[in-house]
Amino acid sequence: MSRVLVAMSGGVDSSVAAALCQRDGHEVVGVTLKLWGGPQDQGCCAVSDVDDARRVCQQLGIDHFVFNYAAEFERDVVEPYVDAHRRGVTPNPCIACNRHVKFDVLLDRTRRLGFERLVTGHHVRVVDRDGRRRLRRGADDAKDQSYVLYMLSSADLAGLWFPVGDYRKDELRMLAAELGLRTADKPDSQDVCFITAASGRSRFLAERMELHPADLVDTAGKRVGTAPAVELVTVGQRKGLDLGGAPGRRYAIDVDVVERRVTVGTAGELTAEGVALVDHRWAEAPYTGAVEAQASAHGQALPARLDAAGQLHWATLQRRVAAGQAVVFYADDEVVGGATAARQPA
Amino acid sequence: MRPCAVDAMTPYLEMQFANPSGAHRMARASRAAIDDAREIAASAVGFDPHGIVFTSGGTEADNLAVRGVAAAIGTTALCPATEHHAVLHPVEAVGGRTVCVHADGQIDLDHLRAQLGPDAGPAVGLVSVMLVNNESGVIADLDAVADVVHADAPGALLHTDAVQGVNWTDVPEAARSADLLSLSAHKFGGPKGVGLLALRPGVSVAAQVLGGGQEAERRSGTHNTAGIVALGAALAELSANRTADIKRIGALRDRLADGLTTAIKGCVETVPRTQRAAGICQLLISGIETEALLVLLDRYDVMASAAASCASGAMEPSHVLAAMGVERTAASGSLRLSLGWCTQAWEIDRAIEAIPPCVEQLR
Repeated sequence: MSRVLVAMSGGVDSSVAAALCQRDGHEVVGVTLKLWGGPQDQGCCAVSDVDDARRVCQQLGIDHFVFNYAAEFERDVVEPYVDAHRRGVTPNPCIACNRHVKFDVLLDRTRRLGFERLVTGHHVRVVDRDGRRRLRRGADDAKDQSYVLYMLSSADLAGLWFPVGDYRKDELRMLAAELGLRTADKPDSQDVCFITAASGRSRFLAERMELHPADLVDTAGKRVGTAPAVELVTVGQRKGLDLGGAPGRRYAIDVDVVERRVTVGTAGELTAEGVALVDHRWAEAPYTGAVEAQASAHGQALPARLDAAGQLHWATLQRRVAAGQAVVFYADDEVVGGATAARQPA
Repeated sequence: MRPCAVDAMTPYLEMQFANPSGAHRMARASRAAIDDAREIAASAVGFDPHGIVFTSGGTEADNLAVRGVAAAIGTTALCPATEHHAVLHPVEAVGGRTVCVHADGQIDLDHLRAQLGPDAGPAVGLVSVMLVNNESGVIADLDAVADVVHADAPGALLHTDAVQGVNWTDVPEAARSADLLSLSAHKFGGPKGVGLLALRPGVSVAAQVLGGGQEAERRSGTHNTAGIVALGAALAELSANRTADIKRIGALRDRLADGLTTAIKGCVETVPRTQRAAGICQLLISGIETEALLVLLDRYDVMASAAASCASGAMEPSHVLAAMGVERTAASGSLRLSLGWCTQAWEIDRAIEAIPPCVEQLR
């Protein structure tokens, strides 16, 4: 038996995670993080979600606390999110939150408070490879969250536990229903937790930064249209680009915020041989050779090769990856590393 | 709760349940009990019984004072930045302004004068200054505040939130300059959900809860008879014992503060004890976050708090310490230990024993 702290979002996965820890005989304490003070309609830290987490703890008969990490969240997630748009980069705030809040300050506090492990409701598994721990995809392919946790080191994983990773989502909902937990039928959270569906990303950003109109140019440099805000354009985007009714599908293939210029091209011109990568994290030593690479949270992992410089080369041409996006490398279904895409000018 | 308050309210929860606004015998008995409580309360705070308006607690009383005066005479309000949110938010809602405080938590009278001036904004009809701050324990000099208000904004009223102050000051004396005063029963051994706003003769407030016109048209809603009776009983006992309590609790608080500041390196009191109420021990502990400390203390049955909690139950950074100029990192290590009428010496010793190792574990 050990003492574990369960990070509870108020959703079904972390509710069941707490119940599973308790079933295994561990001393369980629940904690919900207050991360965002502004308006929101769903996500990790709405008051109603805290209510749900607390109620589940009451039902399980375990203590529940709320930790206020709003300042850290603002500093390490929201501000970098805005700044990334300012730089023409497409950020992944969930990864930033995992890296800087959940698996940094919360993990540190978990240890200081004398808990042996921090538990979350993420759909991932951990495997032991000769004493080193590696992240493995969750048992439910559709719910796997290894992509947003690729940054966890073997040392981090030693202090973590993901009990729901062995289950399919429908099994978790059934377990929650059997236990009578109020979160059993609660819908999954989807989008960025601090941006409301009602006002959206563009209004959120417009309140926090200056947006500038952009020229749209083709790959030959000829001006072909305009976009209302260069900072809101993402590589691969098709909608919202005013091309004056020019025929054929065109995609943003490069975003240059300094020149306030977006290069558009055909589906063919959107493809690239590989991805330029920076800021690598490795499960063990830097990995070279064949991998499967995944470039978005729910994207497909595709065959690729990592060269000695850590740069990724696709087995076949693929869509360009927007700068700022994480690319995670898998060997079978185990995470061997990940990195952040850099800008690749057209 | 004080046993006398439980005993006093029990009959009104069991058999004497008549609505005191009725005309029949049972109703008249309830009404008499409320009128008794009204006289006890008036005497305890040094106001006239006609000026006592029973409410659902301190927050409602503060809202009635700030919003009720603003609505009655069409003015705005001022308060120090260290007020409880039950005052701060209504002041904000009536378009009011906040006044700075010094590092010791006392209101900056020069800034108050400036804020009362004609150039500062809309005319001020009410200044609200809490008698004892709920976080820092700082006791306000209401006479000094009243002198400035009367000189610079003749006709403006002085309200005091005495929710903490009633325990630790001789209220009729300490709040003699106040025109309105708020209390909440659960802070002095009464039940939750009942309080009062006291008004001097001639002071009128526009009702904020409309309905049957109870409390002389100032606060509608069927009386919480049991709660009001218990408030009266608790307040009577408090008033009778206060001088002795302040002495006894003050000594325990000193023992607690001395014990902790000695045992924990980098642990200081926020303001000097001479300016602070007897029942509040507020400490700044370097190198820790109180939010984590509270989790550990809970395991040792030490129930403490940091600053205020938000709707989610999360600890919010203290606006009181921020207003006193304590920087954010230092403020995140603030610990407030409250003592009450029933606190015993062994509890103090237990806290002195439990807290230092918890702090050490987190550092």
